[in-house]
Order: sequence, then structure tokens, then C-alpha cells
Amino acid sequence: MVAVSENTVATEGASLRVKDVTKVFAARDSTAERMLALDAMSFAVAPGELVSIIGPSGCGKSTLLRLIGGLDFPTSGELYVGTEAITGPSSERGLVFQDPCLFPWLTVRRNIQAGLVALGVLREKRSEVNYFLRLVGLEGFADVYPHHLSGGMAQRVALARALITHPKILLLDEPLGALDAFTRMRMQDEVLDLWQARLTTTLLVTHDIDEAIYMSRRILIMTPRPGRVERSIEVDLPRPRDRSSAEFLDLRSEILKLFTSPVS
Amino acid sequence: MLFAGNKVNEVAPLKESAQPSNVVEPPTGAQKKHEPPAEKRRWQIFFTVPLATATALALHWLASRQEPPGETHLYTYLLSGLLVVSIVAVALQSLWSSDWMRGACPLIAAAVLFLAGWEMATSGFRWLPMPYFPGPAAVLQSLVTDRDILFDSTCHSLLLLLCGYALGVAVGLFSGVCIGWSRQVRYWGMPLLKIVGPIPATAWIPLAMVLSPSAMVSAMALIALAVWFPVTMLTASGVSNTRAAYLDVARTLGAGRAFLIFRVAIPAALPSIFIGLFMGLGASFLTLVVAETVGVKSGLGWYVSWAQGWAEYRKVYAALLIMAAFFSTIMTALFKVRDRVLVWQKGVIKW
Ligand SMILES: Nc1ncnc2c1ncn2[C@@H]1O[C@H](COP(=O)(O)OP(=O)(O)OP(=O)(O)O)[C@@H](O)[C@H]1O
Ligand SMILES: [Mg+2]
Repeated sequence: MVAVSENTVATEGASLRVKDVTKVFAARDSTAERMLALDAMSFAVAPGELVSIIGPSGCGKSTLLRLIGGLDFPTSGELYVGTEAITGPSSERGLVFQDPCLFPWLTVRRNIQAGLVALGVLREKRSEVNYFLRLVGLEGFADVYPHHLSGGMAQRVALARALITHPKILLLDEPLGALDAFTRMRMQDEVLDLWQARLTTTLLVTHDIDEAIYMSRRILIMTPRPGRVERSIEVDLPRPRDRSSAEFLDLRSEILKLFTSPVS
Repeated sequence: MLFAGNKVNEVAPLKESAQPSNVVEPPTGAQKKHEPPAEKRRWQIFFTVPLATATALALHWLASRQEPPGETHLYTYLLSGLLVVSIVAVALQSLWSSDWMRGACPLIAAAVLFLAGWEMATSGFRWLPMPYFPGPAAVLQSLVTDRDILFDSTCHSLLLLLCGYALGVAVGLFSGVCIGWSRQVRYWGMPLLKIVGPIPATAWIPLAMVLSPSAMVSAMALIALAVWFPVTMLTASGVSNTRAAYLDVARTLGAGRAFLIFRVAIPAALPSIFIGLFMGLGASFLTLVVAETVGVKSGLGWYVSWAQGWAEYRKVYAALLIMAAFFSTIMTALFKVRDRVLVWQKGVIKW
């Protein structure tokens, strides 16, 4: 892997700004109380930046990504891509769900080209499908149905499917959560390669502190109930990063301390 | 990797050493179940058909000694032909045989034995009252003598069935997708569907006769109505049960409404839609036969009631045979279509 200084390469990414976003889920029945999932959350991501979000389960990470993806709307607050407010889903914001969620009735190739079909540009951009198939190393599986793929392969297809529309922002919701340690490390490098090739602004949700340190330039740490950004930690280690270097481990224990010590 | 390797090394020898001591003769027993006996049984299976046919032929000869030969010679020819073919098949099977033939042999033999049993019960011992229960020879005879009118009836039935079914499916798919997709259409459409749908289509016959200019048109409308209900119901439930995640994925890919409906919701609903198509097909057979019996002056249903009117029960059975072949062929064709359309389900569900 080549070390890249992240701000010198031309970027396909756009900036992202989340401003005072609150999300309240309605009570399921009269006895349950309303669920405050996100509370006045604010942060910004620069174009081409790769930012990780870590936080305990149920702190609203998926909710946040759905809001940015435009699949859901905030109770109050605003979200901006560049200078434009987010009003609904768009192919500019690619979302990879925790579960790969491939269309089971389409082959791998057709899954990947779904975005082009949806935008009505399949004819002009058909060659890109092969490019992305090669990029995620699945040329040999182009005509296979998703059922026959392993978890990691399915996740790569989901990634290629999200990338093919050239999103300006890539939202990854624990895309590697279901993988074993080895596959996971390989996939981390693959995602990094993809990101470095195009410098798409990327928001990566993860449970794994090592993954966050290894991958991202900045880590947002979220607190649960109500969810908000507790801290933002810059990761200034050179790439490729060494998971066993002293700086890496220092950072790791610092973050771990944040989670284990009671919040003041 | 290391861990996996260790595991295999530890477990495998244990298994091998444990087996012979615990079980008396495990390796031969386990193997026998799979390879050689199966091969042997397959080889013998080819003799079932000629044996059954020879038995049937002998019984037929006994049973039909008193009857005029003209009445039964077709059946004799049929059985003899089958006997010759099956003997040739036995002779050739060492050179060439397919799995399909092996699989079919016991079924064919059973069918032939059933014919023999039927013949003994009817024209043989006359256990069953005669005009109502003719033997297979008589039925075959009427099948052949009435072949023109039977062929004509089948064509009429086929035309009526296909028109009605196609109309019902088209309308059913449309209304099903609308009800399944749009909350507003569901609000107004669902009560109508729930009230009107369960009425058997045949119950509308009196009304249909009054309303429509020709019996043909009203029969077609009735068949369409019978098909419409299950197709609509299952299409609607399939569409509205589409996993929200699929729709979300599609929307983040920039999908518009047409893509969401035609490329996500409908494909996701296809397994359910096919259940509706099968249920509709069954309902259409029923409605077809009833409509032809009471109104339309052609088709297999009409032929049956006409033959019954003349107390020609052998013709009734001949028509029933044709119906069985006709309906099951259509059913099989629909299964074939489903298998092609839903190949992606292979492995996902028990196929
Ligand atoms: N549609 C919904 N209706 C009601 N409550 C919801 C809904 N979606 C999420 N929640 C609630 O919002 C909170 C945050 O959920 P979210 O899925 O964003 O958590 P998460 O941080 O992604 O957790 P995990 O790491 O386990 O995936 C949870 O407490 C959940 O119960
Ligand atoms: Mg989540």
C-alpha cells in the first residue's frame, strides 16, 4: 500500500455537516416512553476524510447513518452535503448496511449494476461493472446468485454496489462486523485501497477500536442514550499503520479508558 | 488455520478407532446402504413393467373371453405394445438407460396393475354396477371412437381456460400490486377484496347468464374472477411484505418509484405471486368445468354432461381421462415456468 497524504490527491468526496440533529422515535405504545436516539448531535467531515464512529450498541450509530442516507428524517436539526441540505435518499450517498442485503433474485453482476439501472445509465457505463467486479475480486462469481457467496464476498458485492454510482459520501455501517479476524483485516486493507484510490468521504461505523484506529483519520466516540459525540480523536499515524506499534497501542488504551471509566 | 488443523488431527483418528469396536460391522453396513445394492435394485426394477403388463394381459384375456372382440381389441393392442416396448427396454438397459426410466418404472408398473385391478372389478367379476362402471377396455374404445369430438372439446376448453386465466392473472397482478404498494388503494381495495373475493366464482353464474350477451363471454369472466381473487390476495401480501431493507438499499442507489415497484417489490413478491397463480389455476379448472356444464355448449365439461345424459358412462370416463391429462399438463407447465423464474431460490429454500 502506498502512503498518501490525504489532502493532496484530487477528491471525489464532498464535505458533510451534521448540525444539532435530534432524533426522537415515537413511543411504541402508551406505556413506553419516547425514545431519544440522538440528542443535538453536531460534527463535520471534510471532503475526502475517513472518519470512524465508535460507540456502544444502541447509541444511535445506525440511526445517524440512516439520517445522512436520507432514509429517515431528523426530529430537529439539519444535515448538509457540501452546502445542500439532505432531503431524501440519493445516489450521491452510498450506504452499505451491516447485513449486506443483496437482492437475492439478482446475480452478483446484476446486483452490482443495480445502481446504474436505477439511474438509467447502464448502457453508457456497462464497462464499469466489470471494473468493479475486478476491484472487489469477484470476476469469477459474476453470474452466481448471492445465496452461494460467503459472508465476506457478499459484503464486497454490497460495497461494489454502493460504489458504482460514484457516491460523494460513503456510509459504512459495520460492514466488516460479521467477518472473522483474518478476513476482516484483509477487507480493511481492501476498503482502504478503495478509499485511497478515490478519496470518497467515508463514514465508518464500527464496534472495533483497532479497526477505527487502523482505518481512519479521525474517530468520533459516541455516548449512548441520548446519543451524541462525546469526543473526537485525531489519528495522526502514518499509513500503512502498524497494529502493534507503540503509538497505536497507546491510542488504543486511551480510547479503551474512555469506555471503561465512568463518564464525568 | 493452525487451530483448525489441530482439530482435524485430534478428532479424525478418534472416530476411526471408535467405530469398529462399538459397531459390529460398520464399514460394510454403511457402504452397502449406498453403492452396490442400489445398483442391483435398479437393474431389477426394469423387470417390473413387463411383469405387470403380462399379468394385466392375462387377466384381460380371462375377463374378456365372453365379450365381443371388437369391443376390447384396442386395449389388447395397447397392453401388447407396452409389453413389447418394456421387454425391449429390459434387453437394452444394459447398453443404455436413463435415470428417468429407472424412476418411472415402478410407477408405470403400478399404473398397469391398477388397470388390471379395475378391469377385474368391473368387466371381470362385475362387482360394480355395470353401466356406471365400465372397464378400461370400454373406456379406451370410446376414447378412440369419439376422438374428433373429444379433441374439439379439448380445444374449446383450452381456449376458454387460457383466455379467462390470462385475463384474471393480468387484472389480479395489477390490482394486487396496487393494493400491496399503495396505502390508499389498500384502504379502499382491501374491504372490497375481502367481501367479494371469497364468494366462489360459480355462485355468480345466475347473474352472469343474465348480464352477458354470450355464454362464452360470461364463462370467461367467471374464470377470470375465480383467478383474480387468489392472485390479487397473494400478490398484495407479497408486495407489502417486501423487506424494507431492500427498498432502502434501492433508494440509496437512486431508485425511483418504477424501479422500486418493478425491480424490487415485484421480484421480492414473486414466490408469493406464484402461490397465487397456482391457487388461481385450480380455481379456474373448477370454474371452467362448472361453467361448461351449465351454460357453454362446448368443451369437456359440456361433453361430460352430454354423455351422462345419454347414460354413456364410458364416455364420461374417457372425458375425465382427457381432463386429467389436460389439467395436469397445464399445471406442470406452470411449475416449469416457476422453476425458471425462481431459480435464485434454489438453495435458499427446500427445493
Ligand atoms: N425504528 C425505530 N423505532 C423505535 N426505536 C428505534 C428505531 N430504530 C432505532 N431505535 C432505537 O434507537 C436506538 C439507537 O438505535 P441504533 O440502531 O441507531 O443503534 P446502533 O448504535 O446502531 O446500535 P448497534 O451498534 O447495536 O447497531 C436504539 O435504542 C433503538 O432501540
Ligand atoms: Mg447499528
